[in-house]
Amino acid sequence: MIAEALLILALLADATARGAAPLVLAALGGLFAERSGVVDIALEGKMLAAAFAAAATAAVTGSAWVGLSAGIAASILLALVHGFACVTHAGNQVVSGMALNITVSGLTVVLGYAWFQEGGQTPLLGADARFGPIELPGAAALTPVPGLGLIYGEVVSGHNVLVYLAAAAVPIVAWLVYRTRFGLRLRAVGESPGAVDTAGVSVAATRYQALTVSGVLCGVSGAYLSIAHHASFIRDMSAGKGYLALAALIFGQWRPAPTLGACLLFAFADALQVRLQGTPLPVVGVVPVQLIQAIPYVLTVGLLAGFVGRAVAPRAIGVPYLKER
Amino acid sequence: MAALLPALNLTLALALSAVVVLLIGESPARALLVLATGAFGNAEAVGYTLYYATNFVFTGLAVAVAFHAGLFNIGAEGQAYLGGLGVALLCLGAGAWPTGLVIPAAIVVAAAAGAAWAFVPAWLQARRGSHVVITTIMFNFIASALMTYLLVNVLIKPGQQSPETREFDPNTWLPQLHDVLRWLGWEIGRSPLNLSSLFALAAGALVWFYLWHTRWGYELRALGHSETAAVYGGISPARTVIVAMSISGALAGLMSLNEVMGVQHRLLLNMPGGAGFVGIAVALMGRNHPVGIVLAAVLFGALSQGGSELSFDMPKLTRDMVVVIQGLIILVCGAFEHALRRPLEAVLRRPAVAGPALRTDPREA
Repeated sequence: MIAEALLILALLADATARGAAPLVLAALGGLFAERSGVVDIALEGKMLAAAFAAAATAAVTGSAWVGLSAGIAASILLALVHGFACVTHAGNQVVSGMALNITVSGLTVVLGYAWFQEGGQTPLLGADARFGPIELPGAAALTPVPGLGLIYGEVVSGHNVLVYLAAAAVPIVAWLVYRTRFGLRLRAVGESPGAVDTAGVSVAATRYQALTVSGVLCGVSGAYLSIAHHASFIRDMSAGKGYLALAALIFGQWRPAPTLGACLLFAFADALQVRLQGTPLPVVGVVPVQLIQAIPYVLTVGLLAGFVGRAVAPRAIGVPYLKER
Repeated sequence: MAALLPALNLTLALALSAVVVLLIGESPARALLVLATGAFGNAEAVGYTLYYATNFVFTGLAVAVAFHAGLFNIGAEGQAYLGGLGVALLCLGAGAWPTGLVIPAAIVVAAAAGAAWAFVPAWLQARRGSHVVITTIMFNFIASALMTYLLVNVLIKPGQQSPETREFDPNTWLPQLHDVLRWLGWEIGRSPLNLSSLFALAAGALVWFYLWHTRWGYELRALGHSETAAVYGGISPARTVIVAMSISGALAGLMSLNEVMGVQHRLLLNMPGGAGFVGIAVALMGRNHPVGIVLAAVLFGALSQGGSELSFDMPKLTRDMVVVIQGLIILVCGAFEHALRRPLEAVLRRPAVAGPALRTDPREA
């Protein structure tokens, strides 16, 4: 009985890690953009574009790494368009993000349909063209050990390289944002761009750098969906994960570690929902799937309303910086 | 200027779309021709174009009213969905009512349900400082989850697989426009066009009157231009935000009259079908004015209708091409508005009338 419960918990943790990886990557990308003062609703579009570019390229070249690079490139390109609209031309950041999301949701299907003739999907990828699970050293040796073997073998080992990359990204991003010159400028630009400008640092350049980093991270996140988690691109495969990542970023108060926590919470809710489907629980009975799916969004609204903690956004977020003022 | 800029924007968006068509290896000129004939080639096609346009007039007006108050309502999709729930519940229960009673009741219910779904984010913005952009996005997802739950578990017609309600009784259907006109002695082709198209035009007129010819409309626009000035003038921002968002939600909810009561005669999964997002493009393109919105809605209706023809005639181009064009229009009209307006103003040497200043800070208290 205990062994069974342990196994279920381990499988849940395993599913949570796999579900959280793309959220963490995209949310950390959004962290750079938003900390620099640029609203990044385009996380969704960047992920979707990267997922398509990665799967299409991997299908043609047969290499997962080339696919990943193509995904990152597509995502950076969108980030730069966003920057060109919002930073250079002081356009509305929310409108620009929505425009990119809508354009990408159509464009990926149009191009996929025309190039591969599989109803908007990309061809199924072979083992070489996607990132497979990695057996960490010692996983097999530890299997007989009760408890530890299960945790190490099921939860820690056996993920693809991008999951480990997502895990590594959290401390790296925290170090970049809080311990480097770039991070200091990034945070300053998001709080008080005028002061940064006075100090002789270009606000526009810093914001473009931040958006580029966001592009890279969203690119990895999107590629994870199509060439690591799945084996092809499917239309609208980001399915709101970009918005969920944005919610996690806000829920994590624009800080790396709490954002990771929010992503894990949202991914756990999803993993739990998949496992619980149709199983009656004591007291409440069968919990509808849709109710659990709505939890992250309800939580985020609650946070924004100050019912669950308080969200304090970067001060200059959403405001285009005009030098003449 | 008022007509030149949207025309220039549209040209630019179509030019960008042409690049996509070229990438696929098709002829952009032929695609445009197929699109135009598909949308306006015969009476039936025009009927379908106007049926789509009806949805977009409602959602475009919804987005525009919020825009005028300096608010960005991304939640029209969810508000329309909830409006559909209200209309469906009414129609399911009103099997014995006379049509003349069902229609006004449905208008009230659709508007009230949409307004109620917009009220929560509005109240949270006004009283708790949570920005409507984020909360309305979240409310779209919550609406979608709620409606999926209701359609799959509660409202589904017993003994059927697809999650949709049973068909309503015919007395709760909105009269088709071709029936109304035949009764008046004028024969037009069959199309899904129904009475709600006239309601949409009436809504446009009402919005115009409200925004530019009433005190409340003035307060709403004053808030959109400058919150400090509005407060100085004795206008309560909190109340105005709530009123503006509720009207916006009500207009979005009215969309369901066309879709649920006029055409499908049942509530389907994903009923708004993206019309809430198209509303953003329509409002931007129509420059937030009812006349502009009606024209832009017809344009987007033509894109939707022509897009279906496109996929028949040119199999390499799917309907999703229309989504690309919509996105590009939002990008060009919205995000790059300054990029085009300034050089154009320099050429024309005439200062433009300042539009409402969108509150760009998304989490501003």
